[in-house]
Amino acid sequence: MEVVQMQRAWVEYTKSLFREFSYSFFGWMKGFLDAQFQQLQLLQDESNPDFVAEVVSLFFEDSERLLSDLTFALEQQSIDFKKVDAHVHQLKGSSSSIGAQRVKNDCIAFRSFCEEQNIEGCQRCLQQVKQDYCLVKSKLEALIRLEQQIVAAGGSIPVEELSF
Amino acid sequence: MASEMENEQMKDMDIEALPSMWPEDIDSSKPYVEKPAGDQDMLEEVTIFEEPTIVDFHHLVELTNYTDRGSSQLTHLVQRWEYKHANAVRLLREELDILSKQREEVELKKLEILEAFRFEEERYSGDKRPISILDEIIDLYQDIPRRKRDIIVQSKRVNIDAEFDTVAYWKQRAKDLEKLLEASVHREQLLMEKLQESLQNLEKQSSPVEELTQILKRADNFLHFVLQNAPVVMGHQDKDLRYRFIYNQFPRLQEEEILGKTDVEIFSGAGVKESQDFKKEVLDKGLPAKREITFETELFGSKTFLIYVDPVFSKSGETIGINYMGMDVTDQVMKREKMAQLREQIAVQKAKETELNKTIHITEETMRAKQMLATMSHEIRSPLSGVVSMAEILSNTNLDREQRQLLNVMISSGDLVLQLINDILDLSKVESGVMKLEATKFRPREVVKHVLQTAAASLQKLLTLEGRVADDVPIEVIGDVLRIRQILTNLITNAIKFTHEGKVGINLYVVSDPCYGKAEGNHQKSSGDQSTTTEIKEDKLKLSSQNCSDRKGFHSKKYSEGPYPDHLPSDEPQTPVKNGNTTDGDEGEEPQVPGTTVWLRCDVYDTGIGIPENALPTLFRKYMQVSADHARKYGGTGLGLAICKQLVELMGGRLTVSSKVKCGSTFTFVLPYKVSSTCHSSDDPDDLSEMADHDAPLEDVTAGFFQFQPRTLGSLFSSNGSTRTQKLLPHGIGFTKSHKLNGISKDSCSFPSGNVRLKETTCVEDACSMVEVAETLSEPESSFSHSPERDYENVVCRSQQSQDDTNCKIPNGTTNCNNHTESSREVGLRANTGEPPGSCQEEEKSVINSQCTSTSIPRKPESKPKPKILLVEDNKVNVMVTKSMMKQLGHTMDVVSNGVEAVRAVQSCCYDLVLMDVCMPVMNGLQATQLIRSFEETGNWDAAAKAGIEPSASLQDGQSSIHYDKRMPIIAMTANALSESAEECYANGMDSFVSKPVTFQKLKECLEQYLP
Repeated sequence: MEVVQMQRAWVEYTKSLFREFSYSFFGWMKGFLDAQFQQLQLLQDESNPDFVAEVVSLFFEDSERLLSDLTFALEQQSIDFKKVDAHVHQLKGSSSSIGAQRVKNDCIAFRSFCEEQNIEGCQRCLQQVKQDYCLVKSKLEALIRLEQQIVAAGGSIPVEELSF
Repeated sequence: MASEMENEQMKDMDIEALPSMWPEDIDSSKPYVEKPAGDQDMLEEVTIFEEPTIVDFHHLVELTNYTDRGSSQLTHLVQRWEYKHANAVRLLREELDILSKQREEVELKKLEILEAFRFEEERYSGDKRPISILDEIIDLYQDIPRRKRDIIVQSKRVNIDAEFDTVAYWKQRAKDLEKLLEASVHREQLLMEKLQESLQNLEKQSSPVEELTQILKRADNFLHFVLQNAPVVMGHQDKDLRYRFIYNQFPRLQEEEILGKTDVEIFSGAGVKESQDFKKEVLDKGLPAKREITFETELFGSKTFLIYVDPVFSKSGETIGINYMGMDVTDQVMKREKMAQLREQIAVQKAKETELNKTIHITEETMRAKQMLATMSHEIRSPLSGVVSMAEILSNTNLDREQRQLLNVMISSGDLVLQLINDILDLSKVESGVMKLEATKFRPREVVKHVLQTAAASLQKLLTLEGRVADDVPIEVIGDVLRIRQILTNLITNAIKFTHEGKVGINLYVVSDPCYGKAEGNHQKSSGDQSTTTEIKEDKLKLSSQNCSDRKGFHSKKYSEGPYPDHLPSDEPQTPVKNGNTTDGDEGEEPQVPGTTVWLRCDVYDTGIGIPENALPTLFRKYMQVSADHARKYGGTGLGLAICKQLVELMGGRLTVSSKVKCGSTFTFVLPYKVSSTCHSSDDPDDLSEMADHDAPLEDVTAGFFQFQPRTLGSLFSSNGSTRTQKLLPHGIGFTKSHKLNGISKDSCSFPSGNVRLKETTCVEDACSMVEVAETLSEPESSFSHSPERDYENVVCRSQQSQDDTNCKIPNGTTNCNNHTESSREVGLRANTGEPPGSCQEEEKSVINSQCTSTSIPRKPESKPKPKILLVEDNKVNVMVTKSMMKQLGHTMDVVSNGVEAVRAVQSCCYDLVLMDVCMPVMNGLQATQLIRSFEETGNWDAAAKAGIEPSASLQDGQSSIHYDKRMPIIAMTANALSESAEECYANGMDSFVSKPVTFQKLKECLEQYLP
């Protein structure tokens, strides 16, 4: 693929991640990412070419640890809701920092169930968080792959074309 | 004694079959049985009764003489009287008989005694035969009727002491008998006297007529007593229906005014004739009858009478008249009618209630069912979307061919079910009235483009997708963009589904008003077949040339930017078929008045298989497809169009279709939109999010044509006429043209405020050659889209930098600069679009823009000592992001991960700024801040020591080697959770707070405020 084409694809793909409108598949849902992710993209420059990838992989690492902790915590006989809440808080913080808004929103719901000590609600939320996390992870991975391809082909990431 | 006898006789007597005229318990011997006990006034009243009596005695006599009833009454009375007297006579006679018999016996005895006396003499000579006289006498007495016990009979036995059959004996005996005889004679005399007395009594007794009169008088009195206050009228009318007798308690007319006249002669009005006829009927039939008649007469107003009429027969059986009795039942009738009315009302009410209850019940049921459906659908959707999205993730992993195929089937099936559920949800929302329309600003061009883009992304056919938006369509309108997108997506998806070659497209243009739209819609519907075909053909013909002309068109369009007359000619030939467009051209002249409604018509056309005419009526029905065959071939739920129609109608528009089999279909909807009104301080969070989410490129603001050719690679490649053309241009031309634009806008801009602003900009331009900045920012998309422009942008940035540098001594220099940029850009845009100032969300954009520019702002001059910043944050991702942002802003930071570490860090080092997360493990931000503040106040770390933080090595005896001459700024970083309220932050000694996630802008503002 040509660099220009790849760049275009990147732009379109990125836009699609922000787009709120995805009626045909999931009804009316928020985009995978919000404006915060754009902030990250703007932080990436020649001096820091892999910034997004780095942050995102840190996010993955962090989230996966938290998700497994959460899974474990919710499997216990007596659930320590404080602990669960702390985990969810962490996850909410990092997801909001990279702009993974669906995960973030799931966390908000999750915390309210924690407060109610609603085990069933928490478990449902955990599933939802996991699902949205996997989703955003695959999307982000695809995006980063594309970026790497562009860079490998000698192009630059057309961040500006996103036109904020 | 006589009365007693009479009573006994009365009991024995056969009572006549005819009823007595007065109650049977009244008889002559006891008049006024029911007379109030001891009421002496009674009699007086009775006499008063006679006064209102209007009796034609003469006629009464006639009546009694000539009518059956009268004579029978009379006969009855006479008979009774005769009986009574016959009885008395009989009794007296009997008594007389008895007396004469007794006399005979006494005489006989006397003779016997005389004979016996003779015999005595004979016996005296001869032998004497003993005769038991007493026995004989006793026997004799036994024949006398026993009932006459009151007659004293001498039954004394004659006792003779003398010896039997001696002279003394006989002598004594003769004397005794003499005494008996005397007594007997005396008794006879007494009886004779009595008889005489009785006879005299008999003579004294009254004549029958007199007695009858008395009886009648009593009856009359009784009747008057009873009828005293009865609301009745009684009367007798002869066979000519002339009144012969009338009794009226409340007479309005004098007797003489009534008697001898008929009803009709007496008074007139409604009901009179009826009563007369009724009486006649009774007279003719000879049978009594009752009827209720309502009178409406001058005499006594509106009154209802219950009338009982019975015929009167002569002795020969002829009817000679009628007796009639009327009772005023007006009140009763009124009450009855009222009751009936009430009953009717109640019945109606009840019926209504039942109906209502039924309806409520049904509605509730329906609602519940719909709610149920919605809930169910929702419940199904969540896990299903999980399945589908996980499958999608799975498809990104390494799979072999077969696995991939299976997965694809899985995903597409899942999508289909999701689609169905979404459709059901939407439909039930619309139907149950839950669906709420939102009014947000949006750009129709963008919507058209996005819908086409999305469709192109999943396009698997060789189809051309195109969209045309007329120039007069406002840049921004207000409506429910999501729903409009949904409608468009649905229609486009549908069109693509049924089109195998050719093209699918959207035309969007203004129509004058709903009537016009409707009329046109109808027109198109009726002549739909022809019009669509021609349209499509011509479109096809033009297809090849269109790109070329488009390009030309957009050259000028791009830089004339808006509905300027010089642009129209180049646009018009594109759509010559549509009547709408020419009209639109005219309309384009009139500017959109802010806050008014504009009707936009949207045609979604295709060159597909078309819809047979007979299928058109059912097209928009739920679960309807053109045929079962179609359903099998094309799939789908058949809900899409129903939803579209309902949504369009919900928004106050109309959805119509015209089609020709094998040629294609055109779905048209006309919807009203509000044109966004004037200036508002765009702080509306909705606007912000909308802009952020929709990431609308500015080029969309005016681009009127979009095309997606079949060869494009799905969504990865979207062609946009304007961008493409732009690219071919050396940017120098663009630049000069832009200059021209400013000139034009100065002249044509009709908004005074705009003019003022414009002048301001000019000043800025002159002062610091900001013209480039203004121009470029007005079209950021074009400048971002390719490298030469980007270079150019760099220049801009550089110029900005230089400006920054020159202004750098001024506090908040950058902000100032931004303001300039913003205002100039605004003007530029306004000039472009011809829209009222501040009507669009450019301002928000500018914020992002300014953020964007700020990225390239160089570090602060190195001459200043580098401020020391401490970040207290436990989340690694957050740390990384914040750190990187700080780096971009030219700062480095120390990072610690909890409150305890923060206190330690502050103990060992002096910071110019602390960014403190609130929610942290070990020790939270609030507590750490408290400890630091406590140190600032007291100069020692005792509080920290108490809290369990051991003083670090650098501290001697809890005294810090570092001295703070001023308060250390501590800024909280909150996640906006409930537990982290701003007030709490302030209360714990924090100076300010930044909400997470942190952004450039927030960080920058914060640094500007706290790092001088």
